[in-house]
Amino acid sequence: MIATDGRIDSPLATEGVLAPPSGPTHFLDGWPAAGDGVVVIEPPRGLVSIGLRELWRHRELLYLLTLRDVKVRYKQTLLGPVWVLVQPLLTTGVFAAVFAVFMRGAAPSVPGVPYALSTFCGMAAWVLFANGLTRASASLINGQHLMTKVYFPRLILPLSAVLSGLVDFAVTLVVLGCMMALYGVVPSWRVAWLPLYAAWAVGLSLALGLWLAALGAVYRDFGQVEGVLVRIGMYATPVAYTTSSIAHVLPGWARQLYALNPMAQVVEGFRFALFGAADPPGAMLGPAMALTALLGWGGLWVFRRMEGMVVDVV
Amino acid sequence: MSGAAVRNTHVDPPHGGPAGGEAWSAKGAAAWLPAGVAIRTEGLGKRYRLGELRDRWQRRTGQYLWALRGVSFEMRQGETLALIGRNGAGKSTLLKILARIAVPTEGRALVRGRVASLLEVGTGFHPELTGRENIFLNGAILGMSRAEIRRKFDAIVAFSGVGPFLDTPVKRYSSGMHVRLGFAVAAHLEPEILVVDEVLAVGDASFQKKCLGTMDAAARHGRTILFVSHNLHAVRSLCRRALLLENGRVVQDGPVHEVVDFYLRTVDGVPGDAAEAQWPADQAPGDEATRLLAVRVRNAQGAVSFHQYLDEPITLEMEFSVHRAGMSVNTSFHVYNAQDVCLFATADFHRPGWEDRPLPPGRYRAACQIPAHFLNEGLHRVSAIVVQERKYFPARRDKVVSFVVHDRGELRQGYAGVWIGAVRPVLPWVVEPIGGVP
Repeated sequence: MIATDGRIDSPLATEGVLAPPSGPTHFLDGWPAAGDGVVVIEPPRGLVSIGLRELWRHRELLYLLTLRDVKVRYKQTLLGPVWVLVQPLLTTGVFAAVFAVFMRGAAPSVPGVPYALSTFCGMAAWVLFANGLTRASASLINGQHLMTKVYFPRLILPLSAVLSGLVDFAVTLVVLGCMMALYGVVPSWRVAWLPLYAAWAVGLSLALGLWLAALGAVYRDFGQVEGVLVRIGMYATPVAYTTSSIAHVLPGWARQLYALNPMAQVVEGFRFALFGAADPPGAMLGPAMALTALLGWGGLWVFRRMEGMVVDVV
Repeated sequence: MSGAAVRNTHVDPPHGGPAGGEAWSAKGAAAWLPAGVAIRTEGLGKRYRLGELRDRWQRRTGQYLWALRGVSFEMRQGETLALIGRNGAGKSTLLKILARIAVPTEGRALVRGRVASLLEVGTGFHPELTGRENIFLNGAILGMSRAEIRRKFDAIVAFSGVGPFLDTPVKRYSSGMHVRLGFAVAAHLEPEILVVDEVLAVGDASFQKKCLGTMDAAARHGRTILFVSHNLHAVRSLCRRALLLENGRVVQDGPVHEVVDFYLRTVDGVPGDAAEAQWPADQAPGDEATRLLAVRVRNAQGAVSFHQYLDEPITLEMEFSVHRAGMSVNTSFHVYNAQDVCLFATADFHRPGWEDRPLPPGRYRAACQIPAHFLNEGLHRVSAIVVQERKYFPARRDKVVSFVVHDRGELRQGYAGVWIGAVRPVLPWVVEPIGGVP
């Protein structure tokens, strides 16, 4: 193990523990450790810490679990990561067909950008979020055989679940790039925003995933919530259409509420980063970010409060 | 313990903590463990809710079960401690709390050093991944860094013996290979504190021996080991000290032999003096023809004793009465070991002069001697039977007395593992030269 806190590096040195760093323990430090690497095990009470240091110490486990998720997903498949594309491509195709038939080609897309490209771009962002959320929500239940046998920071389970989706996302991006080349759409310097918006989507899926993972492990009802969120959420998010295409139908307050949906910001952000004609982020950017942060903070808190209970009931 | 560590943990009073006592449990208060102590628990308790979780919505007051209550003990660095007790006594719960898998409901524990919990062999093995991938994954789950695993990789592979199948998915492994690979990774852990639960229950005898040998080596290297097992032999040979848990509480804490003996005497409701059972005449098992009056186990000195030794003969004895004349009577003992295997049945009709002659009414004592170097170590139980006419046995009591056979270790030549086998005879051996090296 990496000795970040004065814990001895080689356990072979049976003399015990090296001299510790002194100073008060910070609430981010996780388990309150006495100077010389003594761990205190007691009932959680009050404000529980996030345990960032503990998480950092287990970063290699996070990496290996993420790697495992990715590898296992494509083992014994012929096409491997190609399957990642089937769902978003098919869904995009269906939307394109529906709008072509019913709207006579007046499909809601970014000006100057083909509908299929505009929608697939939205789909890339949405799938990144939705798959992350689905996997994070199930992470504690899927990892129960580990949780009941060995200690590690439980946060690693939803984290690795979300991170393993990044590989899928990379594949999607390649196809998105191909589509843009096909349609002759050239991104500007604004493409630099794309990673930030992707990080936002991942962060949001983790934030909600923490809530659902912790609550869902104890009360299985929350497993259903995830399904509803993913299915309904896509329609409350400008994936198959654009925000500006519905702006004139909604009253002012509803527009505000709509824009508070962080995924609406992310999807439009993706388009803003890739397509020159897309709308720049609006005034609700800040509140949507704040909402994400709030959800994330609450999710962390709920997760840390409940993780001890989970082992007793899974 | 290095002087530096002591200097850095300032000088708190050993038990009071920062002056005031009350503030002691406050989060972030510096935990103080005296130098050389690996684990200390203070009034540790774990409560489980019984019944369906949904009940919580219906009524606030649920049914609770304290799986562990008021458990306080201290373990020094390098000590080997066994947790024994019946199923459901709280052993695994305590282990899980100390391994930080479960959270206590009350009290607290202080643990110094890196803890590795071995509650299962091959935790986190994924069937789709190859042996190689699983070594890294399992190692990381058990707390090894990748550099550490890489360094020990060849040793792990050699130890497991699955070398040729390293790049085969684990799902195609035999269960034996699966267990061997899992154990190979675990055996290369180098924690300061090792927490082990019933790992030895899996695998065959040679695997169990390997397990024990590895833990023994770890103990000799100064690791602190907390060990839960129903294999009392393993407990005896590996640990110096034992805690006996009963209904979530510590009822005995002391040298391993004393605690194990106490446990053996009280297990399964066997009354205190397990080496002797006797009944008043009116309650004696039997019918109007024969009655069983007493059953005893005697040692080489002729004393009734629960404790017997491998290298001494053991005498089984019963007293019975015959009330009807003209009836053929014989007696029999059945001896069972701790695994409930009947080792043998013996009857007195081999004695000279038996010849199926009726036994006149009266009281009798029948005894037989089990020779030294016959039974193996461990707990044995004895059934006593008085047989009428070689087919009826109303005067019978099953597993009515018990005794435990101890190994003084003289014939082991230092070997500390499980000496397998239902019996342990000392046989004449010959080893002779048959030629030079080819």
